[in-house]
Amino acid sequence: MQELVNRAKALLADGTVQRVLGWKMGDLAYNPEPAFFENEEALSDFVYNSFCGANLSKYMIEASKKEGKTLVFLKPCDTYSFNQLLKEHRILREKAYIIGVGCTGKISGERIKEAGIRGIIAVEGADAFAPAETLQVKTLYGDREIAYKDAMLERCHVCKGKEHKIYDEIIGESRDTADSDRMEKVREIEAMSPEEKFAFFQNELSRCIRCNACRNVCPACSCRKCVFDSTKFDSAQKANVDSFEEKMFHVIRAFHVAGRCTDCGECSRVCPQNIPLHLFNRKLISDINEFYGEYQAGEDDTTVGPLTAFTTDDIEPSDARERG
Amino acid sequence: MSVATEFKPKIVAFCCNWCSYAGADLAGSSRLAYPADVKIIRVPCSCRVNPMFILRAFEKGADGVILCGCHPGDCHYSTGNFYARRRMTLLFSLLDYLGVEEGRTRVEWVSAAEGVKFSQTMNEFVEKIRSLGENVRLGDLRCKN
Ligand code: SF4
Ligand code: SF4
Ligand code: FES
Repeated sequence: MQELVNRAKALLADGTVQRVLGWKMGDLAYNPEPAFFENEEALSDFVYNSFCGANLSKYMIEASKKEGKTLVFLKPCDTYSFNQLLKEHRILREKAYIIGVGCTGKISGERIKEAGIRGIIAVEGADAFAPAETLQVKTLYGDREIAYKDAMLERCHVCKGKEHKIYDEIIGESRDTADSDRMEKVREIEAMSPEEKFAFFQNELSRCIRCNACRNVCPACSCRKCVFDSTKFDSAQKANVDSFEEKMFHVIRAFHVAGRCTDCGECSRVCPQNIPLHLFNRKLISDINEFYGEYQAGEDDTTVGPLTAFTTDDIEPSDARERG
Repeated sequence: MSVATEFKPKIVAFCCNWCSYAGADLAGSSRLAYPADVKIIRVPCSCRVNPMFILRAFEKGADGVILCGCHPGDCHYSTGNFYARRRMTLLFSLLDYLGVEEGRTRVEWVSAAEGVKFSQTMNEFVEKIRSLGENVRLGDLRCKN
């Protein structure tokens, strides 16, 4: 981590960048948050550890409007979002100096809590570059342990790989932490009867409190005007509102990012209700791959997306549903 | 004893102005019958149909939604229906994934000369929706009811 801070200081000092976009310590040991650092002194709050799952790409929209360059730290999977935002002309390449940071799989306080560990005070072994096999968790109720793998975010179990897709320089080693099939659950749902499917989603979606966290964190959800914003009600009333957009929130959200979602996993990570939003995104990704050829949003910043393209002999909607 | 009321499906048909709407017209002027349960909404092109229109029709109580446009290659605006085809393929597949029976959504290409196809398609679609019954799954996706 010190290496990142030193490099940031050097780039600030020689005038290459005007500010730094990174992570700073949150109010708890396991929730560092995205932050802009305007000068060398401010960097004393900088952190980079295994809890830094937050994808900083979206903050580059704001940074692209500022004077001069911003140094931004991107993990391998974050670079897909960066490319996608470039493709959509939401950010400017020349406003960013990208340090690709090594990633060895990110963990979260939520996953540790899910394992039954409460009252977390401190976590040892969460060094971003040299993580421990087993995390030592100090809690209000004594010392506990959890395997690093078990504390890892869902998305890291289906890691896209350790390669940074865009960068100016790279610091730190990455490792590919994939150990599951990302479409497994999607296939399971596809095989259900309509009643079972609906019951499954009813169980998940009825927990939604419409906090908008999933929309706000999403790099693909960056429209200046959003259908989910209303002048008739504010966020405090969202869950009780019966507007069409609110009632159909989940399907509209998923469809609006179709073909642009990089499967960065941020939506599922931030949902306070643990709603598996990735199951919608991945269904769309799976269909796109099957019907229109393998496509990974954010792989580069030029390839035309699947919903802004067509071929004259595309599959018909009726045939699409008859397969398998 | 209560009298069982016959299920009258509510069906919304989005028809593009240049082909399918003219096809519906032809069906009418040729006296080819199709059920009155079908409510036609005329759109400039199949591509005008924002996926949210389909969802909104369901939210407002439709039991089935069908989109009709010019045959691929015949769109008045050249490429509109090619884009619409991809969108609807993905949307309908996603709805199916959520448990909305796939028979409730359909896309059909109907030209201005195909009055017979229009009436046949609508008759078939209404039959299908009758067999599926009322749609209860897309009122509130948050599943509050
Ligand atoms: S983050 Fe979760 S609870 Fe909040 S609006 Fe999204 S799905 Fe609903
Ligand atoms: S929908 Fe979720 S996984 Fe997809 S780009 Fe947005 S935050 Fe990332
Ligand atoms: S005008 Fe008929 S589909 Fe485009």
